[in-house]
Amino acid sequence: MALDRWIALVILMICLAYGYAAFFTMDAGLPPFMKHNPIWPSTFPKVLSVMAILAALFILLGFEKGADEPKPMDINYRRLTDYNLGQALMLLGLMVAYALLLRPAGFLPSTVGFLVLGAVALGERKLHILLPVAAAAAGLVWYLVQEVLGIFLSPWPAFFMNGG
Amino acid sequence: MLEGIMIGLGTAFSLTNLLMVIGGCLIGTFIGMLPGLGPMSIIAIMIPVAISIGDPSAALILLAGVYYGAIFGGSTSSILINAPGVASTVATSFDGYPLARQGKAGKALTVAAIASFSGGTIGAILLMIFAPALASVALLFHSAEYFALMVVGLSAIAAFAGSGQVGKALLMTLLGLIMATVGEGALFNMPRFTMGVMDLQSGFGFITLAMAMFALPEAMYLVLDPSRSNTEGGSNEIKDLRITREEARAITPVIGRQSIQGFLIGVLPGAGATIASFLGYAVERNIASKEEQEQFGKGSVKGLAAPESANNAACTGSFVPLLTLGIPGSGTTAILLGALIALNVSPGPRLMVDEPQIFWAVIISMYLGNLILLILNLPLIPYIAKVLAVPRNYLIPFILFFTLMGAYIGQNNATELLILVGLGICATVLRFADYPLAPLLIGFILGSMLENNFARSMQLYDGLGFILERPMTVGLLGLAVILVVLPSYRARRARLRAKGVADAD
Repeated sequence: MALDRWIALVILMICLAYGYAAFFTMDAGLPPFMKHNPIWPSTFPKVLSVMAILAALFILLGFEKGADEPKPMDINYRRLTDYNLGQALMLLGLMVAYALLLRPAGFLPSTVGFLVLGAVALGERKLHILLPVAAAAAGLVWYLVQEVLGIFLSPWPAFFMNGG
Repeated sequence: MLEGIMIGLGTAFSLTNLLMVIGGCLIGTFIGMLPGLGPMSIIAIMIPVAISIGDPSAALILLAGVYYGAIFGGSTSSILINAPGVASTVATSFDGYPLARQGKAGKALTVAAIASFSGGTIGAILLMIFAPALASVALLFHSAEYFALMVVGLSAIAAFAGSGQVGKALLMTLLGLIMATVGEGALFNMPRFTMGVMDLQSGFGFITLAMAMFALPEAMYLVLDPSRSNTEGGSNEIKDLRITREEARAITPVIGRQSIQGFLIGVLPGAGATIASFLGYAVERNIASKEEQEQFGKGSVKGLAAPESANNAACTGSFVPLLTLGIPGSGTTAILLGALIALNVSPGPRLMVDEPQIFWAVIISMYLGNLILLILNLPLIPYIAKVLAVPRNYLIPFILFFTLMGAYIGQNNATELLILVGLGICATVLRFADYPLAPLLIGFILGSMLENNFARSMQLYDGLGFILERPMTVGLLGLAVILVVLPSYRARRARLRAKGVADAD
């Protein structure tokens, strides 16, 4: 089974769960006065779930023929290991680490770390250029966000700040 | 109308807004030039900045500037290194790159700049005529018609957006609509489908979704396939920007025709700058004389002028449904709509009446923006083209960082970053399997509006009666069904016929 039909199967599962919630569990908590309304909070989701289940089945059962030849600009997922999959996964991992570290480690260290490690993961080795560029960019963005846009971003690790 | 134009002039020529136009055009040109980064990613990244400006006219002017700046910038990388930054400038490379290889890069850039400028300006004039007319008609619409119109818009997008695979596009649209029902809506004051997760209480963040659908997969594609950002082999000598009198005479009618055609295609939902540019190229090749047809693909100035004027005009045309109906026809305008909603402006026919300064300032700023792009591009192009040399090792971490920052600033919440990465991975996998992502985002943005109008009509008519009692609603819904069913029916018949022929052999 091709990838697009597997995806359709996953989406179908999601839609079935969504439809189950819309048809069987949502109306239970409905206040009595709303029951006289022609439209309930679950009405629109019910319609959507039925249509989405039909559309997912349409693809899953293979009624839609996929494009036969991959487009030249596209990536052929069957040969994913031919591409820089390791780099992509490393960058995704870095993004997750950044999300988890942004608050505890502070904006400046985590950003410099992300930019430097990201470039190193892609094969950059000139650290004497990379480090100052990353530090300057992190400082500039912090200044813009904090001072110009007025959104608070704690710059340093929590234990540096008084009561952080 | 004249009064509106005066208000627009006043607003557009304020210092802030002038800076917004210039800044937007510059940013758009620079980033649009980077191969592999499309206008949608750029605009998605720019949205948090635009929203924090706070003034809706300034924000929309900035984002619109980024949009047509990116289309303009994309043509530069198409011509110089045969690496279109934007799908809508792929057709530009057909004749632009051969010209550059013949050592006429300067001439090609000039033709592209003039064609883009004319396309954008003619588009803005048509927008000025069309938009108020359409808005005054749209003022007569009730919620039932709105509901039906949105359904038509969504079906048209599903029918045209997904390279012929209507089922996939439709499924993506529905998935977007489903995602829009998550969280606490204004309509019912009760949380839906949050599964008890606090962070889903307010629903999915629109900026997060926009980043996850466009910026992140594009960056991942750049990582996976280094040849996509290949900037080698370009001729970096740009000299002699002049064009001859004959060439000017040859491209003038092309620009005129393609600006109008491109604009009209841009107005249609689902079709956009990409389709306009390919169609413009094809039409001009077909109506050219025999000798000129030979030249197409080998460095014809006509073949370069056609897609360039068409894509810029289409880009302007796509603002018509956005500004007058509040219905976006493309992924890019959907993102703009989301930004407007975040700024508490609801686009639609009332926009021209209630907030004429926004409506007209955006249109006026388009004239300015095109002029600025012309000034910016003609003399400065050799220097701007240096951007193309930014090493990929620096570019990609920065794109990812801006994506993360955008989501963080939008929601001020670190969990949002994890949602972004998760959705981004899903979006990349969906893109592997050729599922179009723009319909999902458009469905998501239109979702709550669609449900509100549906609910209002249901309440007014106490049930589904509104569908039958309002002829226009029936007509529009019928059109929506035809749009979805017809392409797959025809494809199926063509396949069966092809099979029949094969069996008979």
